[in-house]
Amino acid sequence: MSDSFIGRIVGPRVTPEDLTRRGLRYSVPGFLLLVARVLILVSLFLPYWHMELVAPQYPNNLHLTAHVNQLSGDVAEIDGLNHYIGMRPLGEAAQFERSVGVYLLILLVVLLELAAWIHSKWAVLLVLPAVLFPAIFLVDLHLWMSHFGQNLDPDAPLSNSIQPFVPPVLGTGTVGQFKTVASPGVGLILATVASGTMLVALFFHRLAYRPLTRSKRIEQSE
Amino acid sequence: MRNQNRFGTGAGALALAAFLACPTSGASAQSMSDVQRIAKERGLSTGDLLAAAKTFTPSGMKDEYIIFSSGGHSGQVFVIGVPSMRMLRSIAVFTPEPWQGWGYGVGNEILKEGDVNGKANLWGDTHHPALSETEGDYDGQWLFINDKINARVGVIDLRDFETKQIVKNPLTVSDHGGTFVTPNTEYVIEGGQYAVPWGADYAPISEYKEKYKGSVTLWKFDRKKGRIDKAQSFAIELPPYWQDLTDAGKGVSDGYMFLNSINTEMATGGIENKNPPFEAGVSMNATDYLHIINWRKAEKVYKSGKVTQIKGFPVITLQTAIDEGLLYLTPEPRSPHGVDVAPNGEFIVVSGKLDPHTTIYSFPKILGAIKNKTFSGKDEFGVPVLDFDTVVEAQVEVGLGPLHTQFGPDGYAYTSLFLDSAVARWTMGGAYGKGTPEPDWTLVHKTPVQYNVGHIGVAEGDTVSPDGKYLIAFNKWSVDRFFPPGPLLPQNFQLIDISGQGADMPVIYDMPIGVGEPHYAQIIKADKLNPWTVYPEIGWDPQTQSLDPWAPKPKMERVERKDDGTVEVYMTAIRSHFSPEHINVKEGDKIVWRITNIERAIDATHGFAVPQYNINLSLEPGETAKFEFIADRAGVFPFYCSEFCSALHLEMVGYLMVEPKE
Repeated sequence: MSDSFIGRIVGPRVTPEDLTRRGLRYSVPGFLLLVARVLILVSLFLPYWHMELVAPQYPNNLHLTAHVNQLSGDVAEIDGLNHYIGMRPLGEAAQFERSVGVYLLILLVVLLELAAWIHSKWAVLLVLPAVLFPAIFLVDLHLWMSHFGQNLDPDAPLSNSIQPFVPPVLGTGTVGQFKTVASPGVGLILATVASGTMLVALFFHRLAYRPLTRSKRIEQSE
Repeated sequence: MRNQNRFGTGAGALALAAFLACPTSGASAQSMSDVQRIAKERGLSTGDLLAAAKTFTPSGMKDEYIIFSSGGHSGQVFVIGVPSMRMLRSIAVFTPEPWQGWGYGVGNEILKEGDVNGKANLWGDTHHPALSETEGDYDGQWLFINDKINARVGVIDLRDFETKQIVKNPLTVSDHGGTFVTPNTEYVIEGGQYAVPWGADYAPISEYKEKYKGSVTLWKFDRKKGRIDKAQSFAIELPPYWQDLTDAGKGVSDGYMFLNSINTEMATGGIENKNPPFEAGVSMNATDYLHIINWRKAEKVYKSGKVTQIKGFPVITLQTAIDEGLLYLTPEPRSPHGVDVAPNGEFIVVSGKLDPHTTIYSFPKILGAIKNKTFSGKDEFGVPVLDFDTVVEAQVEVGLGPLHTQFGPDGYAYTSLFLDSAVARWTMGGAYGKGTPEPDWTLVHKTPVQYNVGHIGVAEGDTVSPDGKYLIAFNKWSVDRFFPPGPLLPQNFQLIDISGQGADMPVIYDMPIGVGEPHYAQIIKADKLNPWTVYPEIGWDPQTQSLDPWAPKPKMERVERKDDGTVEVYMTAIRSHFSPEHINVKEGDKIVWRITNIERAIDATHGFAVPQYNINLSLEPGETAKFEFIADRAGVFPFYCSEFCSALHLEMVGYLMVEPKE
């Protein structure tokens, strides 16, 4: 078993005596990965990103909220305003991402579940996509915003009076009389905390299993 | 910027308070010395500054109360905020109103309901608005308004502040005792006024006593449908005494209503024949008659079928009313005007405008007199007359020309004095007596008003739980109060602070009304109203308050030519375009035009105006409308949005092309 390919991937098993002696050492990485999984699952139900559009004639501002699977808020009103500058309707952006977002996150959670059973360095590969997810979300959002902001319909009513633009994906920007204020949602913050938790989990994972792998190698080389 | 303003104003108010208390203190940038300087420059007294502090409403602050005022000849209802006394809007009812498009493409069918014998009557003389009530308290759902000149009643839905129905009274030509509602808005009461033969048919005035009729109509209100149900409504015949104002009983007097009358003399005028003119003939007797009607019993009589169909309307005849014990009279001081029921319903206050007293009747005593048949006689139609001394509780000498009474929460009553040009505060007795420091049934104070006050309104002052706080004198004359805009002067709504006791009831604001001559108004706590700011869904028909399945929606815009030659237009409006923009028809085509405002943003109203075709619609967010016309003028007609909707509003335009016949 230990020599097989799967054995190398899965990594060394912990003996029962070792587990009773140093239980905490082995349970910490698994526990942290569990925390990360819970955080990601909870984040599914929470907004990932907000944008406020501030202008004098909207005393309550216009709001846009992105979940991993939907766009909500004053979408119709923002689309209505965007038609003046020739921007495509927001609903046409990231359609694929929104349709698979929930499944993708569940897949990440499953990978984390598997990672908890793998005691070799390959665990890193299973954890990495989940670690990177918040960054991927923001990069994707940025790409869509620049795509939309820079490909304005030249025949739109105000096409002559507005330059292509890219509102910052986080922080403030300006479009016409609007100030845009973009901020992360609770979901994204949880996912980011989950990423940090996973990195800490990997550290403890290495702390716990690397000695086992090493001693196994020494055993084999003898 | 806005916050800064608010802070500044707050600081100003503090400075003002400091100024009033201690003229030397003051530290902020906008200091009391600025207030003092401006007050001196403008000649403002401390009282003026106090009044300003009570009424000034900075930008963005909302009013605590809302007035629904009759709009007089405008045929409309005015909506005004209190204490700012800022007019918020008018509600078109009986009269076409271009801004709302009322009669110019929207509301045409409702206006048509007000036709008299198939003829349009496009003005109204609105007098008495009535908010719908639940257990005698305003519920903020519906508003009714009468049109005195043509005896019509309008029904307004307070979800969108738009008129939904107009009913024309088939029996009487004019009404004044309306609109008043019963405590749960079971009925909307409409008392007639100038007696005419049924339906205003012809009969010589020499046959006045025999052929001319008085009446009161009880319109059944169907709250679920939001409409008066004509099929469940009925009227009661009354002697031709020119019934005047009305009020529904409440609390202990729930089930009754009270009408007064001004022409028990049955004078018929004829100054040209040396007869006493109406003004003298109608005022000849020392007393007229308060009418006491058991409407709940009348409802039973109506439901049992003891009615006569007159002009297609069920009427309980005077004889039936007498036989069934529905109607009693009792003397009241000559030529009375207001009849107002106290909050608990046990007192009925009548003011005879030619008598300096208000007369307070006791409802329990009235019931006792009916039970014991304590009659002083019968009138010449055989209606029993209750003995005056038996049913009167008190009389209070309040001043000259008393008209209308409203009630405070603490036992004070207020009566308008037309001739004295003042509002009287007086104390009530009975259960109300302990609320006031002064003895029962006494005049406490008179605040002069400018000038010639008609109705007055106290905040929720005709309900079972008056709020007090504010009283508004609806003055008929303004004389020297405002810049004279030519010889036609505005009316003057004067706000009076009645939160104090005794002689403390100062005038704190004057509001000119330069549109029509308002009569009565009701004042409701603003938080009882919950109006929509946009229609619930795109394609909403305000006339039916439901989604219109035919409403044009995005991507369904089109022009269809039907086999019968009708052209159907399905159009949408959104900032800043109509779709479609070219409408090509032929001269003589019948056009059925449907248009939907597909906006969801608050205040994103579009107009739709077609030149030379007398069309202008107001389409609030989500609203759909349908209008029809014959394209009988060939030519090119640029239609446009008539509300400044957006930066590209001028560009929100299209062309109606009417190709001439060969």
